[in-house]
Amino acid sequence: MKHLKPINAKAFKIESDMASMEEDVVALQQTPRPHVPLGCSLSFSPGWEVDATGGTAGLCQPAERDIYDCYVTCFWPVQMADHVNYSPDWASNCAAATKDWRSLDIVFP
Amino acid sequence: MTIMTATGLTHRYRCGEIHEFRAQGADFIYLVTAGAIFAADGMTRKVLDLLAQHGELDHDDLVRALVGDGLSAMDAEELVRELRLARAIQSTQAVHALMPAAPPADYPLQALVLNVTNQCNLACTYCYEFGADKIATPSGKPKYMSLETAKSSVDFLLKSARQREAVHITFFGGETLMNFRLLRDVVLYADEAAAVVGKRMTYSLTTNATLLTDEIVAFLSDHAVGVTVSMDGPPEMQDARRVYKNGKGSYAVMEPRLRKLIAGHKTRAVTARVTLSAGVTDVQRIYRHLKHDIGFHEVGFAPVTTSGEERDYSLNGDAMTGILSDFEALADEWLEYALQGKVHGFTNVSETITELIAGTNKSHPCGAGLGLLGVSPSGDLSPCHRFTDADTHTLGHIDTGLDQGKREDFLTRGHVASKYECSTCWARPMCAGGCHHEAFVRYGDTGHANLHYCDWIRQWTDRCLQIYGVLAQRNPEFLNRFAERKGLQ
Repeated sequence: MKHLKPINAKAFKIESDMASMEEDVVALQQTPRPHVPLGCSLSFSPGWEVDATGGTAGLCQPAERDIYDCYVTCFWPVQMADHVNYSPDWASNCAAATKDWRSLDIVFP
Repeated sequence: MTIMTATGLTHRYRCGEIHEFRAQGADFIYLVTAGAIFAADGMTRKVLDLLAQHGELDHDDLVRALVGDGLSAMDAEELVRELRLARAIQSTQAVHALMPAAPPADYPLQALVLNVTNQCNLACTYCYEFGADKIATPSGKPKYMSLETAKSSVDFLLKSARQREAVHITFFGGETLMNFRLLRDVVLYADEAAAVVGKRMTYSLTTNATLLTDEIVAFLSDHAVGVTVSMDGPPEMQDARRVYKNGKGSYAVMEPRLRKLIAGHKTRAVTARVTLSAGVTDVQRIYRHLKHDIGFHEVGFAPVTTSGEERDYSLNGDAMTGILSDFEALADEWLEYALQGKVHGFTNVSETITELIAGTNKSHPCGAGLGLLGVSPSGDLSPCHRFTDADTHTLGHIDTGLDQGKREDFLTRGHVASKYECSTCWARPMCAGGCHHEAFVRYGDTGHANLHYCDWIRQWTDRCLQIYGVLAQRNPEFLNRFAERKGLQ
C-alpha cells in the first residue's frame, strides 16, 4: 500500500490481504498474457462470453474440446478432474474424445 | 461487443464507511467495517475531499481530477484501486454495511462469574442489585452459594472451555467476602481440577473492601487473585452513596483495610472501580485520591445505571458533559505519560487503546452469554453478574447446562446488526450498542441500543483515536510494548 499506512493490527491484516491479492492471483494479470485455450471464455457473465480473440467463433462448441482443452492445458480451475494428483487415469478409457467421451466417468473426490 | 478492461471500469464511487480524524497535524482514517486504523497521505486526503464535495464521482472523473492535480494516470488508477480495495472508498453499487459475523453457536466458555452470595453488608443507594431499578428477583432463593454448586460450576467451566488453555473465575456478590470461606475452597478445588485437565485457571474478585483481614489478603496474594475494589473516591464522595443500612458511610471502615490490601498483595494489580452518580462527578479529584493517596494501580470509571426515572443519584446531561471534559483532561495526562514511556492508571483510556491496537470489531458489546456467564447462588446461569437472580434472564442451570434456545435469543438480540440505530454509527466496532443490562433497565430490552449515551461514546472514542494517532507517530514503541503487556502480540 502506498497511500494508506496501517497503524493497528487490523489495518496490517488488510494490508497483507491486499498484498496477497497482488501476488497470488496470476490469471490474467501476467505479461506476457498467459495461454488462453481457444474455446475458453474470458468473461463468465451470461451474455458476455467472448473467446481469447474477442470474438465468439472460438467458443466451446464441441464438448470434447471443452473437456480436453480445460483438462490438459488450461490454467483455469474449471470443474475438471484433477489429473495431476487424484485422478491420473481419468481419461485412460477415452482414446478419441469425439468417439469415447461417454467413457469419461464422474469423479468422486 | 464490449471487452471489460482494467481502464474501462464504469464504477461510481462514494466515501467508504470511515471516520476521519486528525492528530499531530496528520490525517487518519478509522475504517468502520473493520476497526482498522490507517494514516492517510495527501493524495488520499484529496480523494476523500473530492468525494465529500461531490457526494459521488464516476471512476473516470475521479481519475481525471487526480491527474489534474499532478498525478500520472497510472498513479491515479493505482491510488483509486488501493482506496477501493481497503474500502476507504466504495462503489455506489455497495448497499449493505458490512457487519461482523455472529460467533459460532458452540463458542467455548472462557470465564464464569460466581455470585457467591447475594447478601451485602452495605446498602449503596444506587445498587443495581438492590436499588430502585433492580431487576433481580432473589426472593425464596438461596442467599449463599453452596460448595457443591461452586464445584459443579468449576467442572462446567472446564468442560465448556473445550480446547482453551486458560480459563478464569471471577468471584462476585452481593459482598463477595461475606462468603470468603467458599471462595477459598473453590480456589483450592479449581486449581486441582484445572491441573488434571491441563488448563490454567486464574481468579479475580470484586469487593467493597470493608471485610478484608490479614488472612484474606495473604490468601489473595498467595493465589494471585486479582482484586477490584468498588470505591467512589475521597470520604465525602465515598460516603454519599456507599453506605451501611443505617446510612453511615463506609470510608472509615474500608480505608485502613484497603491500604493493607495494597501493601500486602504482591502478585496482581489492585484496581478501583468508581460509580459516578449525581454529585460524585469530580473525576480528576477522585482519580488523584485513589491513585496517589490510596495507591491503586488502576482506576476505572462508569456512570451509574438508571432506568431513566428521576432518581436522586441519576446523572443528567450537564453532569455527563462535565464528566466527559474531566475524562478528556485525564486522557491528556495519560498521553503525556505514554509519550514519556510511562504507564498511567486511568483504565478507561487503557482499555480503549487496547481495543484500538487490536482493531476490535465487536459483534456484541461484551462477552456476556458468549465467553462469559454468571452463576447465581442457586446455580442459575445468566448472561453476566448483572443479571444474577433475574428470572427474566435465566439461561439455564449449572446442573442441566445452558439453555441454547434462550442463549441464542439473547445473542441474536444483542448482535450489533440487529440494532438499527448502530448501522449508521462509526463508533459501533467499539461499542456495539453498549451494555445489555443497562439497555434492559433503561428500555426493557437487552437488544436495544443505549441511545442515551451515543454522542458521549462517539466523542470519547474520537478522543482515544486521536491519542492513538499521536502515539503512532511519536512513540509507536510504546504501543508495541503496551500490546505485549496486554498479551495482544
